[in-house]
Amino acid sequence: MSQPTHKDYAGAKLGMWLFLFTELLLFGGLFLLYAVYLSRYPHEFAAAGREMHLVFGTVNTVILITSSLLVAMAVTAVKRDDHRLAFVLVGGTVVCAAFFLVDKYLEWGTEIGRGIYPGSPRLVAGPAGESVFYSLYYLTTGLHGLHVLIGGILLAVVAVRVGRGSIHAGDYIWLENGALYWHLVDLVWIFIFPLYYLVL
Amino acid sequence: MNTTTHVIGYRTLTAVWLGLMALTALTVWVSRHSLGIGHVWGSLAIAALKGGLVIAFFMHMRYEGRLLRGLLFVTLVTLACFIGLTFFDVLYR
Repeated sequence: MSQPTHKDYAGAKLGMWLFLFTELLLFGGLFLLYAVYLSRYPHEFAAAGREMHLVFGTVNTVILITSSLLVAMAVTAVKRDDHRLAFVLVGGTVVCAAFFLVDKYLEWGTEIGRGIYPGSPRLVAGPAGESVFYSLYYLTTGLHGLHVLIGGILLAVVAVRVGRGSIHAGDYIWLENGALYWHLVDLVWIFIFPLYYLVL
Repeated sequence: MNTTTHVIGYRTLTAVWLGLMALTALTVWVSRHSLGIGHVWGSLAIAALKGGLVIAFFMHMRYEGRLLRGLLFVTLVTLACFIGLTFFDVLYR
């Protein structure tokens, strides 16, 4: 047999957190753009924001918060050596990611159907502030949606590894880092939700 | 290195989830009922509280050592500096 592979648990988690900090600054920049343009076009932003569908946003908030709970419980389950429960919980998180994307698809479909998309004739003819609002909306939720997709794929891989038994109470850094990434996706949405669906 | 493996119980995690759901209901209710200027800051305060719960419990930050907590602090201060300096420019140019 070969030598046991070197594992650096603390280093792996530190690396994940450093990456997550860059993600916070990335989305922070988008929120900063939103804040600056809100102060420049308050009336146009208010008019555009009132056309957003609160139901789609609220449903996705509930889905993400619940999925965050499931994956946090999965970490606890693996630490307690309960593989079957951990597999079910990570699988449930992946299902939530899929539901989130379906909800996002329906929401974007409704808006695009009403002629609201970057560069659409309706937005080009309308006030500049509304066009900026929807461009920022598609950019921010699109980048967030991409993170949901990546997180869902990552957690599907984690679920397979939990099922095979290669993630266990002695070595669960894949699950813990995957869960951290998923919580970041939830964290970013917690700020997208009020900014785009509530405050205007 | 610190390799303690603190396990957060299901009950604690569920309580945090209930708190997050209650705050979500509160923020939606506030946005529908009080349409003053204060509701922007109120909504952001609720979002910050929810974010704090996610970072502290779901992301285990409450149980981490000084290194990770210090780095989180540095990140948030950096972001605050970016936001502050940008508005200093935009509002007073």
